[in-house]
Amino acid sequence: MSLTPDDVKRIARLARIETSDAEAQATQAQLNSIFDLIATMQAVDTRGVSPMAHAQEVYQRLRDDVVTETDRHAAFQAVAPAVENGLYLVPKVIE
Amino acid sequence: MSETSLSTLAAQLAGKQISSRELAQQYLDRIAALNPAINAFITVDAEKTLLEAAAADALIAAGQAGPLTGVPIAHKDIFCTDGWLTTCGSKMLSNFVAPYDAHVIQRFKAAGMPSLGKTNMDEFAMGSSNETSYFGTVKNPWNPAYVPGGSSGGAAACVAARMAPAATGTDTGGSIRQPAALCGITGLKPTYGLVSRYGMIAFASSLDQAGPMAPSAEDCALLLNAMTGFDPKDSTSLDREKEDYTRDLDKPLAGLRVGLPKEFFAEGLNSEVAAAVEAAVNELKKLGATPVEISLANSQLAIPVYYVLAPAEASSNLSRFDGVRYGYRAPEYASLDDMYCKTRAQGFGAEVKRRILIGAYVLSHGYYDAYYLQAQKIRRLIADDFGAAFKACDVILGPTAPGTAFKLGEKSDDPVEMYLNDLYTIPANLAGLPGMSLPCGFDAQGLPIGLQLVGNYFSEAKMLNVAHQYQRVTDWHTRAPEGLK
Repeated sequence: MSLTPDDVKRIARLARIETSDAEAQATQAQLNSIFDLIATMQAVDTRGVSPMAHAQEVYQRLRDDVVTETDRHAAFQAVAPAVENGLYLVPKVIE
Repeated sequence: MSETSLSTLAAQLAGKQISSRELAQQYLDRIAALNPAINAFITVDAEKTLLEAAAADALIAAGQAGPLTGVPIAHKDIFCTDGWLTTCGSKMLSNFVAPYDAHVIQRFKAAGMPSLGKTNMDEFAMGSSNETSYFGTVKNPWNPAYVPGGSSGGAAACVAARMAPAATGTDTGGSIRQPAALCGITGLKPTYGLVSRYGMIAFASSLDQAGPMAPSAEDCALLLNAMTGFDPKDSTSLDREKEDYTRDLDKPLAGLRVGLPKEFFAEGLNSEVAAAVEAAVNELKKLGATPVEISLANSQLAIPVYYVLAPAEASSNLSRFDGVRYGYRAPEYASLDDMYCKTRAQGFGAEVKRRILIGAYVLSHGYYDAYYLQAQKIRRLIADDFGAAFKACDVILGPTAPGTAFKLGEKSDDPVEMYLNDLYTIPANLAGLPGMSLPCGFDAQGLPIGLQLVGNYFSEAKMLNVAHQYQRVTDWHTRAPEGLK
């Protein structure tokens, strides 16, 4: 399997990372060498093996439905790039 | 000061031979003198440190000191620290002052340990050399032309250069153990789930685990006592009874079965590293341990499996960096979508982008079964190999890294070459097992060599016992770089 520069641009688009043609060219070779490494997995017979998502047998804990957090929105918004009236500002989305 | 263990420092503090402020000031002075050349710290704030030290002195004066109260520690810049710049080594968070403390930070504050600052690291913990940091590479204190390892390279370097008596690190594929090996210190990655991930900036959540880094195993045991514990804010935190990790340090090793995985001593291992590790095995034999050959037959698949799973999880975790709520935002953009794309293009470095792209690809439509699911199945095979091995041995021993520190720039243009550095450390992360690295010698160039121990789940006390007994009869862990006095 080998990625083309167009493939790289398509994935970069999925990941919302602006990528120029020149960057896609440069990245392509590195990604392909990584995928060559990854491809060594394909020869392994894993029929009947259950996938392991996690190191421990964990389950999602439940807690009582009570308020545990205090209102700290001013502190959290103090580190935001742009806020106004307690709202995060972004470019206009709906015309 | 430069060869003082945490227990000695704590005793001096308790005996009022030195105050926490005086001790912190000594380390701050050393940081001021040495850090410009080593670059182990991203942020140092003497005023904050001394305030925390004064609070520790008050606790000591009031008779409320714990075992480590007043002993300073440096924190990896991956831990959110209230009021401190928390960058994760990235331009993306280069302006991010955290509004809360990570659980690990809370624990060390509760223990009364003042923070000496935030240590440098590979960007978002993605790297094995510290060369991907937006804040410049860290130099290995043993030879500044060489890398300190990564991603907790700043943590390892500051401890090796005795700029801090201890540091926190995180380990997703070897990021505590490999830099500990390359800098000649001791570092431990606990069983997955023992230390809370709350407030620790996420890379690959099913693998990430924080742990201690310090000169000795005894130091690490004391730090682990402070770090571990259930946290309801981490959904994978384990609710277990509290352990004292120092309890078995002094046990004799007679009868201990040490498993040597034949795959870890095969082609690709540097001969000087092999010789030092074999010499360590002989030391353990003298202490009554018995070496047993074992096999981790699927361990050579750990790197390909890791480079599917970790980037997949990272591509999802790092989607939160969009320039809206915190961190960097591109200065110019035409639309919301354009803002996301430009912010992420400008805010992330090359290695982070590569891993996000790999992750996005392996999770994309049509490739999930071939990559992600196949990797998860092989992850099971790797974990099962360990399960079988621990029927024949009590602890697994091998090299931490295939070689000693490499030169700055030597591997930075070849990602695959860089990834191979984590050949022996990644399997423990995939299985969720505890692992540690401790110094076991030097190569002909005077660079440290690391010995790795991997234990069964929750066997940290046993690993620390083995490491401590080894450190009682060897002095590698007490060596510090010449010329940094």
